[in-house]
Amino acid sequence: MDSAELQVVVGALHSSLTFREKSDRLSVVVPSDQLLSVAMKLRDSEPLSFDMLCAHTAIDWLKDEKIELIYQLYSTKHGHHLMMSVYVSRTEAVAVPSLHTVWQIAQWQEREVYDLFGICYSGHPDLRRILLEDDWKGFPLLKDYKDDFMLERPW
Amino acid sequence: MVSSEMASSVLPNSLSHTRAGIHISSLDERILKGQTDSKERADRETTQEYFVNMGPQHPSTHGVLRLVLRMDGETVRDVIPVLGYVHRGMEKKAEYVGYRQQVHFTDRLDYLSAVMGNWAMSSAIEKAMKTELNDRIETIRTIVAELTRIQSHQLWWGVLGMDLGAFTPFLYGFRDREKITAIFEETMGGRLTMNYIQPGGLMFDIHPDFVANVKKFISYFKPLIEEYEELFGGNVIVQERLKNVGILDAKSAISLGVTGPILRASGVAHDLRKLEPYGVYAKTKFNVPVGTVGDCWDRYQVRMQEMRESISIIEQLIDNVPEGKHMVMKFGAKIRVPEGVYYSQMETARGIFGIFIASDGSEKPYRMHFRTPNFNNLWAITQMAAGGRVGDLVAILSSIDIVVPDIDR
Repeated sequence: MDSAELQVVVGALHSSLTFREKSDRLSVVVPSDQLLSVAMKLRDSEPLSFDMLCAHTAIDWLKDEKIELIYQLYSTKHGHHLMMSVYVSRTEAVAVPSLHTVWQIAQWQEREVYDLFGICYSGHPDLRRILLEDDWKGFPLLKDYKDDFMLERPW
Repeated sequence: MVSSEMASSVLPNSLSHTRAGIHISSLDERILKGQTDSKERADRETTQEYFVNMGPQHPSTHGVLRLVLRMDGETVRDVIPVLGYVHRGMEKKAEYVGYRQQVHFTDRLDYLSAVMGNWAMSSAIEKAMKTELNDRIETIRTIVAELTRIQSHQLWWGVLGMDLGAFTPFLYGFRDREKITAIFEETMGGRLTMNYIQPGGLMFDIHPDFVANVKKFISYFKPLIEEYEELFGGNVIVQERLKNVGILDAKSAISLGVTGPILRASGVAHDLRKLEPYGVYAKTKFNVPVGTVGDCWDRYQVRMQEMRESISIIEQLIDNVPEGKHMVMKFGAKIRVPEGVYYSQMETARGIFGIFIASDGSEKPYRMHFRTPNFNNLWAITQMAAGGRVGDLVAILSSIDIVVPDIDR
Protein backbone atom coordinates (compact mmCIF):
# COMPACT_ATOMS: atom_id res chain seq x y z
CA MET A 1 0.00 0.00 0.00
CA ASP A 2 1.41 3.39 -0.84
CA SER A 3 1.40 6.34 1.49
CA ALA A 4 -1.86 7.93 0.25
CA GLU A 5 -3.87 4.70 0.45
CA LEU A 6 -2.40 3.97 3.84
CA GLN A 7 -3.46 7.40 5.07
CA VAL A 8 -7.09 6.68 4.12
CA VAL A 9 -7.15 3.31 5.89
CA VAL A 10 -5.34 4.53 9.00
CA GLY A 11 -7.42 7.71 9.18
CA ALA A 12 -10.62 5.65 9.24
CA LEU A 13 -9.57 3.88 12.45
CA HIS A 14 -10.57 6.73 14.73
CA SER A 15 -11.90 10.26 14.26
CA SER A 16 -9.27 11.85 16.51
CA LEU A 17 -6.27 10.86 14.39
CA THR A 18 -4.32 13.58 12.61
CA PHE A 19 -1.42 13.37 10.20
CA ARG A 20 1.84 15.14 10.56
CA GLU A 21 3.57 17.01 7.77
CA LYS A 22 7.33 17.37 7.40
CA SER A 23 7.97 13.67 7.69
CA ASP A 24 9.67 11.35 5.23
CA ARG A 25 6.97 8.72 5.68
CA LEU A 26 3.33 8.62 6.72
CA SER A 27 3.16 9.84 10.28
CA VAL A 28 0.01 9.63 12.38
CA VAL A 29 -0.59 11.46 15.66
CA VAL A 30 -2.67 9.55 18.19
CA PRO A 31 -4.10 11.02 21.42
CA SER A 32 -2.68 9.22 24.43
CA ASP A 33 -6.05 7.92 25.66
CA GLN A 34 -6.65 6.21 22.29
CA LEU A 35 -3.14 4.77 21.99
CA LEU A 36 -3.81 1.22 23.11
CA SER A 37 -6.97 0.70 21.05
CA VAL A 38 -5.47 2.28 17.92
CA ALA A 39 -2.31 0.18 18.31
CA MET A 40 -4.42 -2.97 18.60
CA LYS A 41 -6.33 -2.04 15.44
CA LEU A 42 -3.12 -1.26 13.56
CA ARG A 43 -1.79 -4.69 14.39
CA ASP A 44 -4.94 -6.73 13.90
CA SER A 45 -6.75 -5.15 10.97
CA GLU A 46 -6.00 -7.20 7.90
CA PRO A 47 -5.10 -4.49 5.33
CA LEU A 48 -2.69 -2.88 7.82
CA SER A 49 -1.23 -5.74 9.94
CA PHE A 50 1.63 -3.79 11.48
CA ASP A 51 3.11 -6.75 13.26
CA MET A 52 6.53 -5.34 14.08
CA LEU A 53 7.53 -2.44 16.30
CA CYS A 54 10.90 -1.49 14.82
CA ALA A 55 11.83 1.30 17.16
CA HIS A 56 10.35 3.32 19.97
CA THR A 57 11.86 6.57 21.09
CA ALA A 58 10.94 10.06 22.21
CA ILE A 59 11.72 13.69 21.48
CA ASP A 60 11.70 16.40 24.11
CA TRP A 61 10.12 19.52 22.57
CA LEU A 62 11.18 21.92 25.29
CA LYS A 63 9.59 25.04 23.77
CA ASP A 64 6.17 23.41 23.35
CA GLU A 65 6.36 21.83 26.82
CA LYS A 66 5.68 18.45 25.25
CA ILE A 67 7.37 15.12 24.87
CA GLU A 68 6.65 13.25 21.68
CA LEU A 69 6.72 9.48 21.80
CA ILE A 70 7.51 7.89 18.46
CA TYR A 71 6.73 4.35 17.35
CA GLN A 72 8.14 3.04 14.06
CA LEU A 73 5.80 0.35 12.80
CA TYR A 74 6.42 -2.11 10.04
CA SER A 75 4.34 -4.82 8.45
CA THR A 76 6.28 -7.93 7.50
CA LYS A 77 3.20 -9.07 5.58
CA HIS A 78 2.66 -6.03 3.35
CA GLY A 79 6.03 -4.30 3.71
CA HIS A 80 4.70 -0.85 4.58
CA HIS A 81 5.87 1.56 7.25
CA LEU A 82 4.08 3.91 9.59
CA MET A 83 5.34 6.42 12.11
CA MET A 84 3.03 6.81 15.09
CA SER A 85 3.40 9.73 17.49
CA VAL A 86 1.85 10.50 20.85
CA TYR A 87 2.26 13.86 22.54
CA VAL A 88 2.38 13.95 26.32
CA SER A 89 2.71 16.94 28.57
CA ARG A 90 6.15 17.69 29.87
CA THR A 91 4.99 19.12 33.18
CA GLU A 92 1.94 17.08 34.18
CA ALA A 93 2.21 13.39 34.84
CA VAL A 94 0.10 11.66 32.20
CA ALA A 95 -0.06 7.90 32.11
CA VAL A 96 0.79 6.45 28.73
CA PRO A 97 -0.35 2.87 28.27
CA SER A 98 2.39 0.34 27.78
CA LEU A 99 2.13 -1.41 24.42
CA HIS A 100 3.83 -4.65 25.46
CA THR A 101 0.54 -6.49 25.09
CA VAL A 102 0.50 -5.50 21.41
CA TRP A 103 4.18 -5.91 20.53
CA GLN A 104 6.33 -7.79 23.04
CA ILE A 105 9.45 -5.79 22.25
CA ALA A 106 7.70 -2.64 23.54
CA GLN A 107 8.44 -3.80 27.06
CA TRP A 108 12.16 -3.62 26.36
CA GLN A 109 12.09 -0.40 24.35
CA GLU A 110 9.83 1.39 26.83
CA ARG A 111 12.34 0.72 29.58
CA GLU A 112 14.90 2.64 27.56
CA VAL A 113 12.54 5.59 27.04
CA TYR A 114 11.70 5.56 30.75
CA ASP A 115 15.40 5.51 31.58
CA LEU A 116 16.35 8.43 29.36
CA PHE A 117 13.14 10.52 29.34
CA GLY A 118 11.30 9.55 32.51
CA ILE A 119 8.08 8.56 30.76
CA CYS A 120 5.94 6.38 33.01
CA TYR A 121 4.05 3.64 31.21
CA SER A 122 0.96 2.29 32.91
CA GLY A 123 0.68 -1.48 32.93
CA HIS A 124 4.37 -2.08 32.27
CA PRO A 125 5.45 -5.21 34.13
CA ASP A 126 9.04 -4.24 34.83
CA LEU A 127 9.69 -0.52 34.53
CA ARG A 128 13.29 -0.16 35.69
CA ARG A 129 16.28 1.76 34.42
CA ILE A 130 18.04 -0.16 31.68
CA LEU A 131 21.17 1.68 30.54
CA LEU A 132 22.00 3.87 33.52
CA GLU A 133 22.65 2.87 37.11
CA ASP A 134 19.63 2.28 39.30
CA ASP A 135 20.43 5.27 41.52
CA TRP A 136 20.95 7.76 38.67
CA LYS A 137 19.23 11.08 39.25
CA GLY A 138 17.38 12.73 36.39
CA PHE A 139 16.69 11.74 32.82
CA PRO A 140 19.63 12.60 30.54
CA LEU A 141 17.93 12.99 27.19
CA LEU A 142 15.66 15.76 28.44
CA LYS A 143 16.83 19.05 26.94
CA ASP A 144 17.13 20.78 30.32
CA TYR A 145 19.09 17.98 31.95
CA LYS A 146 22.20 19.07 33.82
CA ASP A 147 24.70 17.24 35.96
CA ASP A 148 28.10 17.93 37.46
CA PHE A 149 29.99 16.14 34.71
CA MET A 150 28.61 18.13 31.82
CA LEU A 151 30.96 20.81 30.58
CA GLU A 152 30.08 24.00 28.76
CA ARG A 153 31.84 24.38 25.45
CA PRO A 154 34.25 27.32 25.55
CA TRP A 155 33.31 28.30 21.96
CA MET B 1 43.96 -42.85 56.70
CA VAL B 2 40.83 -43.79 58.55
CA SER B 3 40.13 -47.43 59.11
CA SER B 4 36.73 -48.76 58.15
CA GLU B 5 35.95 -49.42 61.79
CA MET B 6 36.76 -45.85 62.72
CA ALA B 7 34.76 -44.53 59.82
CA SER B 8 31.69 -46.48 60.79
CA SER B 9 31.98 -45.17 64.31
CA VAL B 10 32.50 -41.58 63.12
CA LEU B 11 29.75 -41.50 60.53
CA PRO B 12 26.65 -42.02 62.67
CA ASN B 13 27.95 -39.54 65.20
CA SER B 14 28.60 -36.83 62.66
CA LEU B 15 25.24 -37.47 61.02
CA SER B 16 23.40 -37.21 64.27
CA HIS B 17 25.36 -34.08 65.02
CA THR B 18 24.23 -32.54 61.73
CA ARG B 19 20.70 -33.57 62.32
CA ALA B 20 20.73 -32.10 65.75
CA GLY B 21 22.36 -28.92 64.46
CA ILE B 22 19.76 -28.04 61.87
CA HIS B 23 16.09 -27.42 62.23
CA ILE B 24 14.08 -30.41 61.16
CA SER B 25 10.48 -29.75 60.35
CA SER B 26 7.70 -32.13 61.12
CA LEU B 27 7.48 -32.86 57.38
CA ASP B 28 11.14 -33.91 57.39
CA GLU B 29 10.45 -36.19 60.29
CA ARG B 30 7.57 -37.80 58.49
CA ILE B 31 9.61 -38.17 55.28
CA LEU B 32 12.35 -39.90 57.26
CA LYS B 33 9.85 -42.21 58.83
CA GLY B 34 8.20 -42.82 55.44
CA GLN B 35 4.83 -41.43 56.55
CA THR B 36 4.25 -38.98 53.68
CA ASP B 37 1.92 -39.21 50.71
CA SER B 38 3.06 -38.83 47.11
CA LYS B 39 1.99 -35.16 46.76
CA GLU B 40 3.97 -34.11 49.78
CA ARG B 41 7.00 -36.00 48.50
CA ALA B 42 6.72 -34.32 45.07
CA ASP B 43 6.61 -30.90 46.72
CA ARG B 44 9.64 -31.79 48.74
CA GLU B 45 11.64 -33.11 45.80
CA THR B 46 11.51 -29.87 43.74
CA THR B 47 14.76 -28.08 44.22
CA GLN B 48 15.10 -24.58 45.51
CA GLU B 49 15.49 -21.96 42.79
CA TYR B 50 18.62 -19.89 42.87
CA PHE B 51 20.26 -17.07 40.93
CA VAL B 52 23.50 -17.27 39.00
CA ASN B 53 25.31 -14.18 37.84
CA MET B 54 26.86 -14.57 34.39
CA GLY B 55 29.14 -11.73 33.44
CA PRO B 56 29.81 -8.83 33.05
CA GLN B 57 33.32 -10.29 32.78
CA HIS B 58 32.53 -13.61 31.18
CA PRO B 59 34.19 -14.74 27.96
CA SER B 60 31.01 -16.03 26.37
CA THR B 61 29.05 -12.81 26.89
CA HIS B 62 31.32 -11.24 24.23
CA GLY B 63 32.04 -8.10 26.17
CA VAL B 64 30.56 -6.49 29.21
CA LEU B 65 27.07 -7.88 29.24
CA ARG B 66 25.61 -9.31 32.41
CA LEU B 67 22.95 -11.98 32.53
CA VAL B 68 21.22 -12.89 35.75
CA LEU B 69 19.91 -16.42 35.52
CA ARG B 70 17.10 -17.80 37.63
CA MET B 71 17.97 -21.46 37.83
CA ASP B 72 16.26 -24.63 38.90
CA GLY B 73 19.07 -27.15 39.12
CA GLU B 74 20.69 -27.11 35.71
CA THR B 75 17.61 -25.66 34.00
CA VAL B 76 17.38 -21.97 33.20
CA ARG B 77 13.98 -20.62 34.22
CA ASP B 78 14.56 -16.96 33.47
CA VAL B 79 17.21 -14.78 31.89
CA ILE B 80 17.41 -11.18 33.05
CA PRO B 81 19.84 -9.15 30.93
CA VAL B 82 21.53 -6.27 32.73
CA LEU B 83 22.92 -3.65 30.37
CA GLY B 84 24.70 -0.37 30.45
CA TYR B 85 28.28 -1.24 31.30
CA VAL B 86 29.56 0.53 28.18
CA HIS B 87 26.83 3.12 27.84
CA ARG B 88 28.48 6.21 26.40
CA GLY B 89 25.50 8.48 25.92
CA MET B 90 25.84 8.44 22.14
CA GLU B 91 22.40 9.92 21.53
CA LYS B 92 23.02 12.81 23.90
CA LYS B 93 26.40 13.48 22.33
CA ALA B 94 24.85 13.38 18.87
CA GLU B 95 22.77 16.44 19.78
CA TYR B 96 25.93 18.46 20.33
CA VAL B 97 27.80 17.79 17.08
CA GLY B 98 27.09 18.51 13.43
CA TYR B 99 25.79 16.01 10.89
CA ARG B 100 29.14 15.27 9.29
CA GLN B 101 30.54 14.14 12.61
CA GLN B 102 27.65 11.77 13.24
CA VAL B 103 29.21 9.24 10.87
CA HIS B 104 32.01 8.66 13.33
CA PHE B 105 29.59 7.55 16.04
CA THR B 106 28.17 4.77 13.93
CA ASP B 107 31.27 2.62 13.61
CA ARG B 108 31.70 2.74 17.36
CA LEU B 109 28.31 1.12 17.80
CA ASP B 110 28.50 -2.13 15.91
CA TYR B 111 32.21 -2.18 15.22
CA LEU B 112 31.99 -5.38 13.23
CA SER B 113 29.58 -3.75 10.78
CA ALA B 114 31.46 -0.46 10.91
CA VAL B 115 31.18 0.36 7.21
CA MET B 116 27.49 -0.48 7.11
CA GLY B 117 26.91 1.84 10.05
CA ASN B 118 28.72 4.63 8.18
CA TRP B 119 26.60 3.90 5.15
CA ALA B 120 23.36 3.96 7.11
CA MET B 121 24.17 7.35 8.60
CA SER B 122 25.44 8.78 5.32
CA SER B 123 22.41 7.63 3.41
CA ALA B 124 20.08 8.97 6.11
CA ILE B 125 21.67 12.39 5.66
CA GLU B 126 21.76 12.07 1.87
CA LYS B 127 18.08 11.13 1.74
CA ALA B 128 17.20 14.13 3.87
CA MET B 129 19.35 16.42 1.69
CA LYS B 130 18.09 14.70 -1.52
CA THR B 131 21.62 14.04 -2.79
CA GLU B 132 22.02 11.90 -5.89
CA LEU B 133 25.07 9.66 -6.01
CA ASN B 134 26.88 8.17 -8.98
CA ASP B 135 27.19 4.47 -9.74
CA ARG B 136 30.81 4.25 -8.73
CA ILE B 137 30.09 5.30 -5.18
CA GLU B 138 27.08 2.99 -4.88
CA THR B 139 29.02 0.04 -6.27
CA ILE B 140 32.03 0.53 -4.03
CA ARG B 141 29.76 0.97 -1.03
CA THR B 142 27.97 -2.27 -1.82
CA ILE B 143 31.20 -4.23 -2.31
CA VAL B 144 32.70 -2.88 0.89
CA ALA B 145 29.51 -3.59 2.84
CA GLU B 146 29.43 -7.18 1.64
CA LEU B 147 33.11 -7.64 2.55
CA THR B 148 32.21 -6.31 5.99
CA ARG B 149 29.36 -8.80 6.25
CA ILE B 150 31.75 -11.65 5.43
CA GLN B 151 34.36 -10.59 7.99
CA SER B 152 31.68 -10.14 10.63
CA HIS B 153 30.34 -13.63 9.98
CA GLN B 154 33.88 -15.03 9.97
CA LEU B 155 34.45 -13.65 13.43
CA TRP B 156 31.05 -14.92 14.59
CA TRP B 157 31.90 -18.39 13.26
CA GLY B 158 35.21 -18.43 15.10
CA VAL B 159 33.70 -17.23 18.35
CA LEU B 160 30.82 -19.69 18.12
CA GLY B 161 33.40 -22.45 17.93
CA MET B 162 35.22 -21.15 20.95
CA ASP B 163 32.02 -20.82 22.95
CA LEU B 164 31.19 -24.43 22.23
CA GLY B 165 34.66 -25.51 23.35
CA ALA B 166 36.49 -25.81 20.04
CA PHE B 167 39.48 -23.55 19.69
CA THR B 168 40.43 -24.21 16.06
CA PRO B 169 37.58 -22.24 14.42
CA PHE B 170 38.64 -19.16 16.33
CA LEU B 171 42.10 -19.30 14.79
CA TYR B 172 40.73 -20.11 11.33
CA GLY B 173 38.18 -17.31 11.52
CA PHE B 174 40.72 -14.72 12.54
CA ARG B 175 43.26 -15.93 9.99
CA ASP B 176 40.81 -15.40 7.15
CA ARG B 177 39.31 -12.23 8.57
CA GLU B 178 42.80 -10.77 8.53
CA LYS B 179 42.76 -10.94 4.72
CA ILE B 180 39.73 -8.67 4.54
CA THR B 181 41.11 -6.38 7.22
CA ALA B 182 44.28 -6.00 5.15
CA ILE B 183 42.23 -5.02 2.09
CA PHE B 184 40.35 -2.47 4.19
CA GLU B 185 43.52 -1.08 5.68
CA GLU B 186 44.98 -0.55 2.23
CA THR B 187 42.02 1.50 1.03
CA MET B 188 40.65 3.10 4.17
CA GLY B 189 43.59 3.30 6.52
CA GLY B 190 41.65 1.71 9.37
CA ARG B 191 41.23 -1.88 10.41
CA LEU B 192 38.23 -1.72 12.71
CA THR B 193 36.65 1.72 12.66
CA MET B 194 37.05 3.01 9.14
CA ASN B 195 34.90 6.15 8.82
CA TYR B 196 35.09 5.35 5.13
CA ILE B 197 31.63 6.20 3.83
CA GLN B 198 30.84 9.88 4.15
CA PRO B 199 27.72 11.88 3.32
CA GLY B 200 28.06 12.62 -0.39
CA GLY B 201 30.48 9.85 -1.28
CA LEU B 202 33.55 8.11 0.05
CA MET B 203 36.41 9.43 2.12
CA PHE B 204 39.00 8.12 -0.40
CA ASP B 205 38.88 6.42 -3.74
CA ILE B 206 39.70 2.71 -3.72
CA HIS B 207 43.35 1.67 -3.72
CA PRO B 208 44.70 0.72 -7.21
CA ASP B 209 45.17 -2.87 -5.97
CA PHE B 210 41.71 -3.10 -4.41
CA VAL B 211 40.00 -4.98 -7.24
CA ALA B 212 42.88 -7.45 -7.67
CA ASN B 213 43.09 -8.08 -3.94
CA VAL B 214 39.37 -8.63 -3.54
CA LYS B 215 39.46 -11.15 -6.40
CA LYS B 216 42.42 -12.86 -4.78
CA PHE B 217 40.52 -13.02 -1.50
CA ILE B 218 37.46 -14.51 -3.14
CA SER B 219 39.41 -17.25 -4.86
CA TYR B 220 41.13 -17.92 -1.53
CA PHE B 221 38.03 -17.91 0.65
CA LYS B 222 35.50 -19.65 -1.57
CA PRO B 223 36.85 -23.17 -1.01
CA LEU B 224 37.44 -22.35 2.64
CA ILE B 225 33.72 -22.00 3.39
CA GLU B 226 33.36 -25.66 2.46
CA GLU B 227 36.27 -26.41 4.76
CA TYR B 228 34.55 -24.45 7.53
CA GLU B 229 31.45 -26.56 7.04
CA GLU B 230 33.44 -29.78 7.04
CA LEU B 231 35.51 -28.85 10.05
CA PHE B 232 32.77 -27.42 12.22
CA GLY B 233 29.27 -27.86 10.84
CA GLY B 234 29.93 -31.49 9.95
CA ASN B 235 30.97 -32.29 13.49
CA VAL B 236 28.37 -34.34 15.32
CA ILE B 237 29.09 -32.68 18.66
CA VAL B 238 28.46 -29.25 17.15
CA GLN B 239 25.23 -30.45 15.57
CA GLU B 240 24.05 -31.91 18.85
CA ARG B 241 24.80 -28.67 20.64
CA LEU B 242 23.00 -26.52 18.07
CA LYS B 243 20.06 -28.52 16.76
CA ASN B 244 16.72 -27.90 18.50
CA VAL B 245 18.36 -25.50 20.92
CA GLY B 246 16.95 -22.04 21.51
CA ILE B 247 13.96 -22.35 19.20
CA LEU B 248 12.25 -19.08 18.24
CA ASP B 249 9.13 -19.33 16.10
CA ALA B 250 8.34 -16.79 13.40
CA LYS B 251 5.40 -15.16 15.16
CA SER B 252 7.29 -14.46 18.39
CA ALA B 253 10.35 -13.38 16.43
CA ILE B 254 8.32 -10.67 14.70
CA SER B 255 6.63 -9.59 17.91
CA LEU B 256 10.01 -9.47 19.65
CA GLY B 257 11.30 -7.09 16.97
CA VAL B 258 14.10 -9.48 16.02
CA THR B 259 15.78 -8.75 12.69
CA GLY B 260 18.63 -9.99 10.56
CA PRO B 261 19.85 -13.60 10.39
CA ILE B 262 17.86 -14.54 13.52
CA LEU B 263 14.56 -13.49 11.95
CA ARG B 264 15.47 -15.23 8.70
CA ALA B 265 16.42 -18.39 10.60
CA SER B 266 12.92 -18.35 12.09
CA GLY B 267 11.52 -18.58 8.59
CA VAL B 268 10.71 -14.95 7.73
CA ALA B 269 12.43 -13.96 4.48
CA HIS B 270 12.95 -10.39 5.59
CA ASP B 271 16.02 -8.74 4.10
CA LEU B 272 16.07 -5.03 3.35
CA ARG B 273 18.59 -5.61 0.58
CA LYS B 274 15.83 -7.47 -1.23
CA LEU B 275 12.67 -5.74 0.00
CA GLU B 276 13.79 -2.10 -0.12
CA PRO B 277 16.95 -2.26 -2.22
CA TYR B 278 19.59 0.39 -1.71
CA GLY B 279 23.06 0.71 -3.20
CA VAL B 280 23.24 -1.51 -6.28
CA TYR B 281 21.60 -4.56 -4.68
CA ALA B 282 18.72 -4.28 -7.15
CA LYS B 283 21.13 -4.99 -10.00
CA THR B 284 22.58 -8.11 -8.41
CA LYS B 285 21.16 -11.57 -8.05
CA PHE B 286 21.26 -13.22 -4.68
CA ASN B 287 19.10 -15.45 -2.50
CA VAL B 288 17.81 -14.76 0.97
CA PRO B 289 18.50 -17.89 3.01
CA VAL B 290 15.78 -18.80 5.49
CA GLY B 291 15.56 -21.44 8.19
CA THR B 292 12.65 -23.71 9.03
CA VAL B 293 12.94 -24.52 12.74
CA GLY B 294 14.39 -21.31 14.15
CA ASP B 295 16.97 -23.04 16.32
CA CYS B 296 20.69 -22.31 16.71
CA TRP B 297 21.48 -24.69 13.86
CA ASP B 298 19.28 -22.69 11.48
CA ARG B 299 20.96 -19.49 12.55
CA TYR B 300 24.29 -21.16 11.87
CA GLN B 301 23.18 -22.31 8.43
CA VAL B 302 21.69 -18.93 7.52
CA ARG B 303 24.91 -17.12 8.30
CA MET B 304 27.06 -19.64 6.46
CA GLN B 305 24.78 -19.31 3.44
CA GLU B 306 24.90 -15.53 3.71
CA MET B 307 28.67 -15.63 3.37
CA ARG B 308 28.28 -17.53 0.10
CA GLU B 309 25.66 -15.06 -1.13
CA SER B 310 27.88 -12.13 -0.20
CA ILE B 311 30.71 -13.63 -2.20
CA SER B 312 28.39 -14.05 -5.17
CA ILE B 313 27.29 -10.39 -4.89
CA ILE B 314 30.92 -9.23 -4.83
CA GLU B 315 31.75 -11.45 -7.81
CA GLN B 316 28.95 -9.85 -9.82
CA LEU B 317 30.16 -6.34 -9.06
CA ILE B 318 33.92 -6.44 -8.78
CA ASP B 319 34.68 -6.75 -12.49
CA ASN B 320 32.82 -3.65 -13.55
CA VAL B 321 33.26 -0.93 -11.01
CA PRO B 322 32.06 2.11 -12.97
CA GLU B 323 34.29 5.11 -13.52
CA GLY B 324 33.49 8.35 -11.78
CA LYS B 325 34.29 10.56 -8.87
CA HIS B 326 34.45 9.13 -5.35
CA MET B 327 32.77 12.21 -3.87
CA VAL B 328 29.92 13.83 -5.75
CA MET B 329 28.77 16.29 -3.14
CA LYS B 330 31.33 17.76 -0.82
CA PHE B 331 29.27 18.92 2.14
CA GLY B 332 30.70 21.77 4.14
CA ALA B 333 31.25 21.51 7.86
CA LYS B 334 27.68 22.65 8.44
CA ILE B 335 24.93 20.56 6.91
CA ARG B 336 21.49 22.00 7.52
CA VAL B 337 18.95 19.22 7.23
CA PRO B 338 15.48 20.63 6.43
CA GLU B 339 13.07 20.67 9.36
CA GLY B 340 11.21 17.42 9.88
CA VAL B 341 11.54 13.84 11.04
CA TYR B 342 13.41 11.18 9.09
CA TYR B 343 13.80 7.49 9.66
CA SER B 344 15.94 5.29 7.47
CA GLN B 345 17.09 1.72 7.80
CA MET B 346 19.82 -0.51 6.51
CA GLU B 347 20.58 -4.21 6.79
CA THR B 348 23.82 -4.77 8.69
CA ALA B 349 25.37 -8.13 9.50
CA ARG B 350 23.15 -8.38 12.58
CA GLY B 351 19.88 -6.93 11.41
CA ILE B 352 18.21 -3.62 10.83
CA PHE B 353 20.16 -0.56 11.81
CA GLY B 354 17.76 2.35 11.83
CA ILE B 355 18.56 6.02 12.17
CA PHE B 356 15.94 8.45 13.34
CA ILE B 357 16.65 12.14 12.89
CA ALA B 358 14.46 14.95 14.17
CA SER B 359 15.73 18.19 12.71
CA ASP B 360 14.75 21.74 13.59
CA GLY B 361 16.60 23.10 10.59
CA SER B 362 19.83 23.94 12.41
CA GLU B 363 23.25 22.43 11.77
CA LYS B 364 22.91 19.97 14.64
CA PRO B 365 20.20 17.33 14.96
CA TYR B 366 17.53 18.16 17.52
CA ARG B 367 17.31 14.47 18.33
CA MET B 368 19.11 11.47 16.95
CA HIS B 369 18.10 7.92 17.75
CA PHE B 370 20.01 4.80 16.77
CA ARG B 371 17.77 1.76 16.38
CA THR B 372 20.47 -0.82 16.88
CA PRO B 373 19.87 -4.45 15.88
CA ASN B 374 21.57 -5.97 18.92
CA PHE B 375 19.52 -4.08 21.48
CA ASN B 376 16.33 -5.52 20.02
CA ASN B 377 17.75 -8.95 19.25
CA LEU B 378 19.07 -9.49 22.76
CA TRP B 379 15.60 -9.40 24.34
CA ALA B 380 14.72 -12.55 22.39
CA ILE B 381 17.12 -14.51 24.60
CA THR B 382 14.56 -14.41 27.40
CA GLN B 383 12.29 -16.59 25.24
CA MET B 384 14.98 -18.66 23.56
CA ALA B 385 16.81 -19.71 26.71
CA ALA B 386 13.91 -20.23 29.13
CA GLY B 387 13.54 -23.92 29.91
CA GLY B 388 16.93 -24.86 28.46
CA ARG B 389 20.21 -25.74 30.13
CA VAL B 390 23.07 -23.46 31.07
CA GLY B 391 25.30 -24.98 28.41
CA ASP B 392 22.65 -24.22 25.80
CA LEU B 393 22.48 -20.62 26.93
CA VAL B 394 26.09 -20.12 25.86
CA ALA B 395 25.29 -21.54 22.43
CA ILE B 396 22.17 -19.37 22.13
CA LEU B 397 24.00 -16.20 23.11
CA SER B 398 26.65 -16.99 20.56
CA SER B 399 24.07 -17.68 17.87
CA ILE B 400 22.48 -14.27 18.49
CA ASP B 401 25.91 -12.79 17.69
CA ILE B 402 25.82 -9.74 19.93
CA VAL B 403 28.15 -6.77 19.95
CA VAL B 404 27.83 -5.10 23.32
CA PRO B 405 28.69 -1.45 22.44
CA ASP B 406 25.84 -1.67 19.94
CA ILE B 407 23.43 -2.66 22.72
CA ASP B 408 24.55 -0.05 25.22
CA ARG B 409 25.25 2.81 22.82
